Amino acid sequence: MNITNRMLLALMTVLCLGAFAAGCGGDDDEKSADSSTSATTTAARGYEESGLIERDEANAQTKLTIGSKNFAEQYILGEIYAQAFEAAGYDVSKQLDLGSEQIAFKALKNGDIDAYPEYSGTALTSFYKVKTDDVPRDKDEAFTEMESLLAEDDIVAMPQTSFQNTFVITSSKETAEKYDSPETISELAETAGSKTSISGFPECRQRTDCLLGLKQVYDWTPRFVSSQGQYEDIDGDQSELTFGFSTDGALSLDKYATYEDDKSLFPPYYVSLLTRQDAADKLGDEGRALIERIQEPLTEEVMRELNSRVSIDKQKPQKVAAEYLREEGFTE
Amino acid sequence: MSRHGSEGLACNPAPSDASAFGDALDFIVSERESISGGVCIGGPGELLDLAGSHLSVSLVAIAIAIAIALPAALYLGHYGRGEFLAVSISNIGRAVPSLALLAFFVAFLGIGFSNVVAVLTLLAIPPILTNTFVGVRQVSREAVDAARGVGMTEGQIIRRIELPLALPTIFAGLRTAAVAVVATATIAPLANVQSLGNPILEPQTYGNAGQLGAAIVVAAITLAVDAGLGVVQRLATSPGLKLAGRAERGKRFSYIRTRSLTSP
Repeated sequence: MNITNRMLLALMTVLCLGAFAAGCGGDDDEKSADSSTSATTTAARGYEESGLIERDEANAQTKLTIGSKNFAEQYILGEIYAQAFEAAGYDVSKQLDLGSEQIAFKALKNGDIDAYPEYSGTALTSFYKVKTDDVPRDKDEAFTEMESLLAEDDIVAMPQTSFQNTFVITSSKETAEKYDSPETISELAETAGSKTSISGFPECRQRTDCLLGLKQVYDWTPRFVSSQGQYEDIDGDQSELTFGFSTDGALSLDKYATYEDDKSLFPPYYVSLLTRQDAADKLGDEGRALIERIQEPLTEEVMRELNSRVSIDKQKPQKVAAEYLREEGFTE
Repeated sequence: MSRHGSEGLACNPAPSDASAFGDALDFIVSERESISGGVCIGGPGELLDLAGSHLSVSLVAIAIAIAIALPAALYLGHYGRGEFLAVSISNIGRAVPSLALLAFFVAFLGIGFSNVVAVLTLLAIPPILTNTFVGVRQVSREAVDAARGVGMTEGQIIRRIELPLALPTIFAGLRTAAVAVVATATIAPLANVQSLGNPILEPQTYGNAGQLGAAIVVAAITLAVDAGLGVVQRLATSPGLKLAGRAERGKRFSYIRTRSLTSP
């Protein structure tokens, strides 16, 4: 339902733009239709009671620099946090292209930025060298471990999002049908066996949370195609399956099937806004509550859809984040 | 603690106290556990495997590039035609980044060996083509006229006069091409061909030591290929040219300059 509504909305936005470009006028009508659609979307989700973010003039004393890594989801999340803090009256600046997690984490530790969104699995394996196999598969256990490790570096892990961006095995809908529409990786492994092929980044080959794990955990050895094509590999028949990410915008297209990781091969990758201790102190409970509130509607489905607006519709992350906050009723 | 019993690995964790360079050398000489755990990586065994695959894709690409560029450039050089066309076409191929070509060729050749070979071949053609063309154009017109005078056919002139005289210049191009191809074959893993690029492209598995270690091995192989071709060049060069070179020792390439000055 949600997805259909949102696609309708996207379609109408495109039509509206088209009409505007053609100079046909009448975009007032379209706009009202537009907002009524998003109103129903919001109402359907039941977040209309969350209400606007209140501006507190006292917050203007607090300077915040929000960072992010350099891919669509990170830009969007960075913008969402930054714009929400801005709406609450904080003095916000942005550093939204910090490259890899190593660069972003260094910038955070050095105080070049005050906060940036990071994934629990990434923080544990990349910053604290926890072996992939040793990362707790439970969302909260992983968070607690990350929290205590980060505390040693004077960094606070803000409450996690309800969505995660972990690996997900994906195929076309046709391939899914060919293998009797399995729901889980176990079922897929059984019906597809070793005749099928799976593409993934070169890195995947020797990682226990990727190809190597399929063998160890699912006792399954599909032929591996090392490539960075992902969905292009499936579309171009280079492989039947691919290792995608669970919030990839492409997955909101209704073209692909995903398979549930029923044996917890992949570590949890929930997002937490990593914040310097001094900034967290300044934000206080109020700031923490704000973070929890604005990320509450961010389900996997919503995040996929927001990502697709950037990766597929080529919209600016800044605009997508502003739309999200508006659609969810946090800003006007 | 591990969920899949990776304690049973037949290799040790990476040394924690080594310098960056020492760590990289250790990666080359001995196996270790991967950064994300659960698998043994590095050491001569894996590196030899990767180097074998790396060299085979490079050699096939260079061989095809020679087969295409050498005859074409000998022909064009002999008749003095199409210089602009040949050089432009090959330079356009060179101007597009190899990484982009790799993605582009997926549509025509699929992901795999032929895809990588095509990309590396396009990289190797321009230096071979240009150097061969220039080398042939610089052969003294008197020598060519004399050959024609004694009744050689055009084909014989190309094979017996122009090719041997142009050989040093052709080899310079070949060496440039080989060095570029061997260094660029590190992108092969992006199209499902294992190469020494794997440790470079997989930091979460191989870490900094793997990146630096593989880079050292690639650099060493590249230098070895260049030196090897240098030896082949010396063996293949006609004794007469070597004498000319010796007489003008210290003035490298000066015979080329003399020739071009005296050519009509």
